[in-house]
Amino acid sequence: MAVLELENITGGYGETEILHDVSLKVGAGEVVVIIGPNGAGKSTAMKAVFGLLRLSTGRVLLDGEDITSMPTEQVVRHGVCYVPQTANIFPSLTVEENLEMGAYVRKDDYRPRMAEIYDLFPPLAEKRRQMAGTLSGGQRQMVAMGKALMLKPKILLVDEPTAGLSPKFRGEIFKVVQDINGAGVPILMVEQNAKQALSIADRAYVLVDGRNRLDDTGPGLLANREVAEMFLGARGTNGG
Amino acid sequence: MMDFINFHLMPGIILGSIYALGAIGISMTFGILRFANFAHGETMTLGAYFAFTLVQLTGWHPLAVLPFAMILTAAVALGIDRVFYKPFRASPAIILVIASFGMMLMIRSVIQFSWGVQLKSLVPGIQRPYILFDALRISPKHMLIVGSALMLMLAVHLLLSRTKIGKAMRAMADSPELARLTGIDTEMVIRATWVVGASLAAAAGVFLAIDTHVETMMGFKLLLPVFAAAILGGIGRPYGAMAGGLIIGIAEELSSYAWLGDGPLLAPGYKAGVAFTIMVAMLIWRPSGLFRGKVF
Amino acid sequence: MDQAYGIFLYIVSLLTMGGIYAILALGLNIQFGFTGLFNAGIAGFFAVGAYVSAILTTAPSARHLGGYELPVVVGLVAAMMVSGAIGWVVGRVCIRLRADYLAIATIGIAEILRLILKNETWATNGARGVSMVPKPFEYLPEPWNQLGLMMLVLSIVAVLYFLLERARTAPWGRVMSAIRENEPAARAAGKNVEQFRIQAFVTGCAVMGLAGGLTAHYLKFIDPNAAEPVTATFLVFVMLIIGGSGNNKGAILGAILMWTVWSATELVTSRLPDDWAIRSAYMRVFLIGLVLQIVLQRFPGGILPERRLRAVKGGKSDR
Repeated sequence: MAVLELENITGGYGETEILHDVSLKVGAGEVVVIIGPNGAGKSTAMKAVFGLLRLSTGRVLLDGEDITSMPTEQVVRHGVCYVPQTANIFPSLTVEENLEMGAYVRKDDYRPRMAEIYDLFPPLAEKRRQMAGTLSGGQRQMVAMGKALMLKPKILLVDEPTAGLSPKFRGEIFKVVQDINGAGVPILMVEQNAKQALSIADRAYVLVDGRNRLDDTGPGLLANREVAEMFLGARGTNGG
Repeated sequence: MMDFINFHLMPGIILGSIYALGAIGISMTFGILRFANFAHGETMTLGAYFAFTLVQLTGWHPLAVLPFAMILTAAVALGIDRVFYKPFRASPAIILVIASFGMMLMIRSVIQFSWGVQLKSLVPGIQRPYILFDALRISPKHMLIVGSALMLMLAVHLLLSRTKIGKAMRAMADSPELARLTGIDTEMVIRATWVVGASLAAAAGVFLAIDTHVETMMGFKLLLPVFAAAILGGIGRPYGAMAGGLIIGIAEELSSYAWLGDGPLLAPGYKAGVAFTIMVAMLIWRPSGLFRGKVF
Repeated sequence: MDQAYGIFLYIVSLLTMGGIYAILALGLNIQFGFTGLFNAGIAGFFAVGAYVSAILTTAPSARHLGGYELPVVVGLVAAMMVSGAIGWVVGRVCIRLRADYLAIATIGIAEILRLILKNETWATNGARGVSMVPKPFEYLPEPWNQLGLMMLVLSIVAVLYFLLERARTAPWGRVMSAIRENEPAARAAGKNVEQFRIQAFVTGCAVMGLAGGLTAHYLKFIDPNAAEPVTATFLVFVMLIIGGSGNNKGAILGAILMWTVWSATELVTSRLPDDWAIRSAYMRVFLIGLVLQIVLQRFPGGILPERRLRAVKGGKSDR
């Protein structure tokens, strides 16, 4: 049984449908990546998990349980944690306070967990009392991910984590993603950087115009001609 | 010089403290609930009237009944939110503004109905001010007001920086959607915001009543300066609201000082214009306020 | 027979004041219903129009500015122009503000205007107000004098309705509609959104000034209480929302209906013993406020919900 599954999702924000019959699933321990051109509906698919979409048809299942109409806060409490692409930290709170907020729903002592997060992201430990809004892009991304990890999530959803980051940071982020996955957390990731993302993915989906186009294993898609043309070949390395 | 301090600077600080307390509530509800609460002024009036009745019933000093007045006012605010604002959580802000506009008149009419419109006094009798250094006039009630206001602001500071719910309030003021996605219980934060805002408003009302008197339009008269203070400080920035309140209060009182020559710079009848002008100037020049708050 | 005559005169007065409120509601509809501008300062523009018309048409007086003794028509036109001009200044400064900021700013404007009217006693006689304002038809015998004024007011309502309906379906109205539905698209189509909004705001203010002028002549008196937020601002919002915001017919219906309710309830409560009569005035305000909340929650479209313009077939003007 998949940890997370989107089943035939058709929906959008207002009256227009953005997603058409989109299905995908994330199995235990997997890294699953969603790639596709701009405007393909990749981030939208992720938001559907949290009930932020108006759905015409389709279901969202968590460990087999239907969470389609569950309120956002509840979904998070069930262990689905999210790192949005933008507005993913609380700028006027310190780094440490951001992490504390990440642990909001926990009733137990979150400090050991916080220590683990600081181990995972050493730069944050130095800056723990600094206002998150004053950090650099890469450091902010670390706060965003750390915050999402405070709950020891069942699954982590990450939306374009490398957007706007320098190549050095991109590599770091991907490494962190692999580390997190290595600790047992399945990951669903939307990425613009198709080549790098596919290289760490177990499986991946290609979305175009809000529809499923292709899906295969990571290596499989890397070798795929069509994918190469769309993202990897003609335009060289897909600039992030 | 002494005239300046006694009749302009001191009143400015006192008025500014009252504005500051009212502005924190406005700033927080604006920042977290995303609408300008027009009924906030009446909340201040309500606090003053609750205090009045409590003083009548118990014979205690207004400061002693203040906590109870704050609790009662907070309870009313929670009730109003539940019945009149909660249905509109997902609606455009303009609907909430209209609802709060209506609420303003509803609360005021209930107060007028229940207590009548005559001026009432919270602190009977006239107090003689202390005279320090042969010239500085400080009346006990003013020390009380400024001292209590400072303590309340300190309490707010501790709430926001040390407690989980306080941090959640700041988080939600930054981004309600992210707060939801972080798993923060947004309804609880909203309730806490109303409680804090209404309690401070009640205190502001009581302090104004101590300084002047209790009357049904007192809150409405505070509304514009309090809005101005919140905008000046930056929406969603409680510390900004405190600073904004003090600045506006002092500016208002200083405007009638004889800066140039004999008469007041601005006729006292136009004091309300000071806050308004500052507010419009901020909205045009720097809408995010001094402390860079939210701009919608 | 006397009683029937009394009722007749009462209905005439209802329709006259109701008609004036209909004008206010139509003015607000331009600003709020069509354009989404929250003008919480109706009272200010209303009062200014009233004073301008009063000052221009009254006989000389030691207590206030005046003595021009101009015809009422001139007074009314001037009222519209001055209110419109103030509206233009306010609009230039504030039009970009989001709804609640605009509400705060306009409430401030109304307060400032009220303070000016109250403090500049050399011009306005301060709190005592301007009296002996000429009333059209006042030299006719009863009931013709009252009927005449009523007909004047109602014809103005009719003309205004006609003009506004024409504007609504004309290209100007379609652009306003487009701006309200989808502002980014309207901007992308090259429309100067601010200009259109200011136009709507100024027009609305001028209409409100007209209503103010008519009131001054109807009551033969005006004082700073005309800028009272409850009756001059809040009530108009209630009228428009209950009648149907965005709909001109709704504005008129809401105005006449709510005014009748407001006035009739006052008749009832004024018969109560004194201290109850006073307290019941507050109850009336409370009930109007409560009715507004119920309408907002249950019937947000009002009695006559707005009729959207049908898109021009194949065209892109409304999208």
